[in-house]
Amino acid sequence: MSISGHGDASLAIRARGISRRFGSLLAVDRVDLDVPRAAVYGFLGPNGSGKSTTIRMLCGLLMPSAGTIEVLGLRVPEQAEQLKQRMGYMTQRFSLFEDLSIRENLNFMATVQGLDRTAARKRVAALIAQYHFGDRAGQLAGTLSGGQRQRLALACAVVHEPELLLLDEPTSAVDPESRRDFWEKLFDLADAGTTILVSSHYMDEAERCHRLAILDHGRLVADGTPAELSAALEGRALLVRSVAPRRLREIITADTGVVSVAQIGNELRVLTIPDYRGLAVLSAALRSIDAEAQVERVKPTLEDVFVAATQGRTPESRTPPQ
Amino acid sequence: MNLHRLGAIVSKELRQLRRDRMTLGMVIGIPVLQLLLFGFAINMDVRRLPAAIADESATSASRAIVQDLLATEVIQQVATARTADELVELLRQGRISVGIAIPHDFERRRGEGRELIQVMVDGSDSVVQSAARQLAQLPILQAQTGGSQMAAPISVLSFYNPERRSPVNIVPGLIGVILTLTMVLFTSIAIVRERERGNMELLITTPVTSAELMIGKVLPYIGLGLIQTSVVLLLGVWIFAVPIRGSVLDVYLSALLLIAANLSLGLLISTQARTQFQAMQMTFFVFLPSILLSGFMFPFAGMPAFAQWIAQLLPLTHFIRLIRGVMLRGASLGELMPSVLALLVFTTIMMALAILKFRKRLD
Repeated sequence: MSISGHGDASLAIRARGISRRFGSLLAVDRVDLDVPRAAVYGFLGPNGSGKSTTIRMLCGLLMPSAGTIEVLGLRVPEQAEQLKQRMGYMTQRFSLFEDLSIRENLNFMATVQGLDRTAARKRVAALIAQYHFGDRAGQLAGTLSGGQRQRLALACAVVHEPELLLLDEPTSAVDPESRRDFWEKLFDLADAGTTILVSSHYMDEAERCHRLAILDHGRLVADGTPAELSAALEGRALLVRSVAPRRLREIITADTGVVSVAQIGNELRVLTIPDYRGLAVLSAALRSIDAEAQVERVKPTLEDVFVAATQGRTPESRTPPQ
Repeated sequence: MNLHRLGAIVSKELRQLRRDRMTLGMVIGIPVLQLLLFGFAINMDVRRLPAAIADESATSASRAIVQDLLATEVIQQVATARTADELVELLRQGRISVGIAIPHDFERRRGEGRELIQVMVDGSDSVVQSAARQLAQLPILQAQTGGSQMAAPISVLSFYNPERRSPVNIVPGLIGVILTLTMVLFTSIAIVRERERGNMELLITTPVTSAELMIGKVLPYIGLGLIQTSVVLLLGVWIFAVPIRGSVLDVYLSALLLIAANLSLGLLISTQARTQFQAMQMTFFVFLPSILLSGFMFPFAGMPAFAQWIAQLLPLTHFIRLIRGVMLRGASLGELMPSVLALLVFTTIMMALAILKFRKRLD
């Protein structure tokens, strides 16, 4: 599913057949990745699908059990130390020092990343202004809200202006408004030429990415632009409107041509197998229960893409009550 | 090694320490508490053991013996008994630790040169037991046996601590005990905590090297260790009048050697422990043998060869030799080279292992 790009300078990350085994568990299974430069590349998958493990292998934190990785033209893990100066990494958990202030954390990261004293002071001052920490630069990081922490973590990850940013579920504990702000910052960085690989399980965030990869059980199950991925599902998404959606649901679920059903208010969103031919039969069956029921084909969304790719498994954060 | 980055780690560590009231409190609290505990409460000189005397013979000679025994102040009469059976009863009740029975045929036994007096001891406390055994060795008792069996009075001459005050023996070693406990614990926990909190995952994706990280972590604790040394020394000299017969510089150099050894051990532990609790357990795994085998509590020479062999591997053993030599005997470090070298070798090996074992990876 991936575009080939042997030795392609336009690629920031090129991975071939990478696997990672933890004991008997195969966490990542022969994944190929091509991440173009200066793009926001989304990494989607349910919890435990191997997103974090893959990201950790890409930045040299974990040894791949098999496969080859090239990041910014450097072989990983062999040249991981050189890569570290050109890459920023934001861990899934807040990993800055909670007993240091915002300014102290930034100063520390700037020095550790090799900025000299004057450069560090300038850069930290700029980041404090740019990330809106002006009035609270002396506040301890441990007392910040979830959104503020993520902003600080991002500011620290870009303190040395890296070419590549790896973000592991940066917005998983953040309110919608902070998430929007956060993504604005990501696009600013991408516009400035930074390559961003960001894992997420939010569909609205996936929608924003230039390209997407979907992981499930450690395998790469889809890869492309959001438009390409949705287009590939054309004709497979149905919308059922009814006053009695829960009763209809049983009938729809029993249809062997249906991959998944999700209720949204009084509507049922249905994903069918490719070349589904049972629409007329299904409609008739539904109307026998609710004469008013309407069935129509709709444009597939990324959520449909996700469901199709992960075979009915939905991201945990959006699992509808069964 | 980039001094700039090293400096950043040291200054970060100092800031964090300054905000960690608990650790700072322990840096001063542990030495003060331990010094007072060991100095006052733990007194190896046994005095005024509660005792009862059953004098069934009631002659002038037996009364003289009783007076002599009481005059030693090793025992103090707290109860009276008429027969040996009553003494046994008192012992069992725990009202006395020592019972002294003088049989009714005391005079005849004296003439025949037979056993004169029975000293009954509560053997459940080994210190009491040994004190009471000493009591039986007292020359006064032997003098009373009279005649041909008159034993020569044994005199014990104690060098360096003639008054046999415990603090003089304990305070120098206590510096080592406190440094062993706190230095190993603080460093191992400081690093494991960063791993638990996820800081380490971030740090290892930066260009920081293992050596910078390890040394930067350890440097501030050297300062803390020297502060602790000073606290124990000052209190020891002020409260317990412990002498410093050698040079103060040698005292601090000895302390530095032990601090370095313990910090490197703490680092090694931190590379192996996954949680702070594990780090704590591993620290005590080293701490207990240190306290028991190093010569701090029991004389090194009296231990079986096997225990001595283990003790040679513990930094505290070598430090105790150094510090007692310097503080009590006025020796210089030059005269104590084997122990100095042992500590240096220990530090080098542990540090190398720690840096080797520390991976800039998560697996």
